[in-house]
Amino acid sequence: MPIVELRGVSKIYPPHEKGGSDVVAIDDVSLAVEAGDVYGIIGYSGAGKSTLVRLVNALERSTSGEILINGRDIAGLAERELRSVRLGIGMIFQQFNLLGSRSVAANVSYPLEVAHRPKAERAKRVAEMLDFVGLADKARAYPDQLSGGQKQRVGIARALASQPAILLADEATSALDPETTHEVLDLLTRVNREFGVTIIVITHEMDVIQTIASKVAVMDQGRVIERGDVFDVFSNPQQPASARFVSTVVKGIPSADELAVLRRRHPGRIVSLAFRDNTVDQARVFGELARAGVAFEVVFGGINEVQGRSFGHLTLALSDATAADARTASAGSADDRIDAVLDRIRTLTTVTEVR
Amino acid sequence: MESLIELLPQLWKAAGETLYIVGLTLFFGGLGGLIVGLGLYLTRGGSLLANKPVFVVLNLLVNFVRPIPFIIFLAAAQPLARLVVGTGIGNNAIIFTISLAASFAMGRIVEQNLLTVTPGVIEAARSVGAGTARIIFTVLLPEALGPLILGYTFIFVALVDMSAVAGYVGGGGLGNFALLYGYRQFNPIVTWAAVLLIIVLVQLVQYLGNTLARKAFRR
Repeated sequence: MPIVELRGVSKIYPPHEKGGSDVVAIDDVSLAVEAGDVYGIIGYSGAGKSTLVRLVNALERSTSGEILINGRDIAGLAERELRSVRLGIGMIFQQFNLLGSRSVAANVSYPLEVAHRPKAERAKRVAEMLDFVGLADKARAYPDQLSGGQKQRVGIARALASQPAILLADEATSALDPETTHEVLDLLTRVNREFGVTIIVITHEMDVIQTIASKVAVMDQGRVIERGDVFDVFSNPQQPASARFVSTVVKGIPSADELAVLRRRHPGRIVSLAFRDNTVDQARVFGELARAGVAFEVVFGGINEVQGRSFGHLTLALSDATAADARTASAGSADDRIDAVLDRIRTLTTVTEVR
Repeated sequence: MESLIELLPQLWKAAGETLYIVGLTLFFGGLGGLIVGLGLYLTRGGSLLANKPVFVVLNLLVNFVRPIPFIIFLAAAQPLARLVVGTGIGNNAIIFTISLAASFAMGRIVEQNLLTVTPGVIEAARSVGAGTARIIFTVLLPEALGPLILGYTFIFVALVDMSAVAGYVGGGGLGNFALLYGYRQFNPIVTWAAVLLIIVLVQLVQYLGNTLARKAFRR
């Protein structure tokens, strides 16, 4: 049984102005997160990611559909009943959302106070959690005195204080610099491995998904347009919209501007090839080009590493390598020979003709 | 000058009355302001107890009462004072009326101070299962404490201002003293003495408010 499951969930806001049309924030989303997963939800801003994650702990109420937490539908629960559900679901935020009027220790203690835990137990748990996030020496400090990375670590300690089974991370690293981002992601990985906490990560950063997620869902205009293993979705996106999104974050795919530069610089044929893991043999692809007498130059490219597996894209500028005298002797023009070899390569991998 | 020395006992008595009126109105008006402000804040769209009709009525009421010049409000609210405190004149009547007016003025200030609390912090509290009452007392009020202290310091001056017209309905205080012994006796020195006392009082309270607010802000 999935620990979190959405079945046909929609969230519709009333029109902003009179006579306007309803705003569909979440459009018939179904999603299952297994216990122990680190599940990434990625998409452009405005795709509905933040709303979706808030449906899981009912900070936002769904308009229709079922939201099952450990098999229990929380969609119809009253606000009062939801409070105990929320104690089992931690949440961290982009802006950390620490209570400025409380010390670090008192922030971490807050969920335990809400849960009416005795004082001695709270103190013990707060010390444990601050130790876990490496901020034991900051217990008496106030949030104002901390750096962004430290604030998020306090946020994590607070979110986990009541020992929830689920952690929701809403753009938790988007306000942090790259180095701090990795510290926080390492911490989240430990949370997942050491405590077995299921993590749902909302982000627009490929880096975050690549580093910690095992599964990913791509959102666009309130819908989940694609989902699966992180490697599959990023190396071989099926939907045009997710391909478009993936291309903005995956290394090696030239942007429209970069393509224009490449076309200007290389007058001949230009193609992009996709490589995935061991399923595409680079040596065979390049061998085919060499045998056909087609010279190539790698003009753009990149190889990405996801979950210990690699995939990438290489853009090649092709030109005729045969000598001028042989050219007249060989059958057909250079273009024909390039077409022929590209057809053979197409049986090996995906070929995109840029020109 | 000699007349001022003669009047010193009355001056101290008046100062005491001003403190009495302002102290009690700060308490009742402050409490009322907190309730009105919380009401405005909590019922506005998207807030914890969002309720459009209640918000609209409360908002209208505040906008309706606030612009009325106090001396006119004092007369207009006299029947209400009679109903609630049993008399339309004297210090008790003026305390009631000032508290009522201050509730609406302070309500607006409290509302604005609460709006400075980041919505994300409230969301964080909700995400761990905190209910509305807990959020008010453990998040909203503590997080807005600094601005609230400055808001109450600000309203204190307004209370001193309002208390000055107490004399019109038979109340006491420094305003009444200045009118009675200074203005009407053509004795500006007496008036200035009352003014000086008021300035000292306001300065003291402003200093106290700033100090407390700084403590709350420092965190």
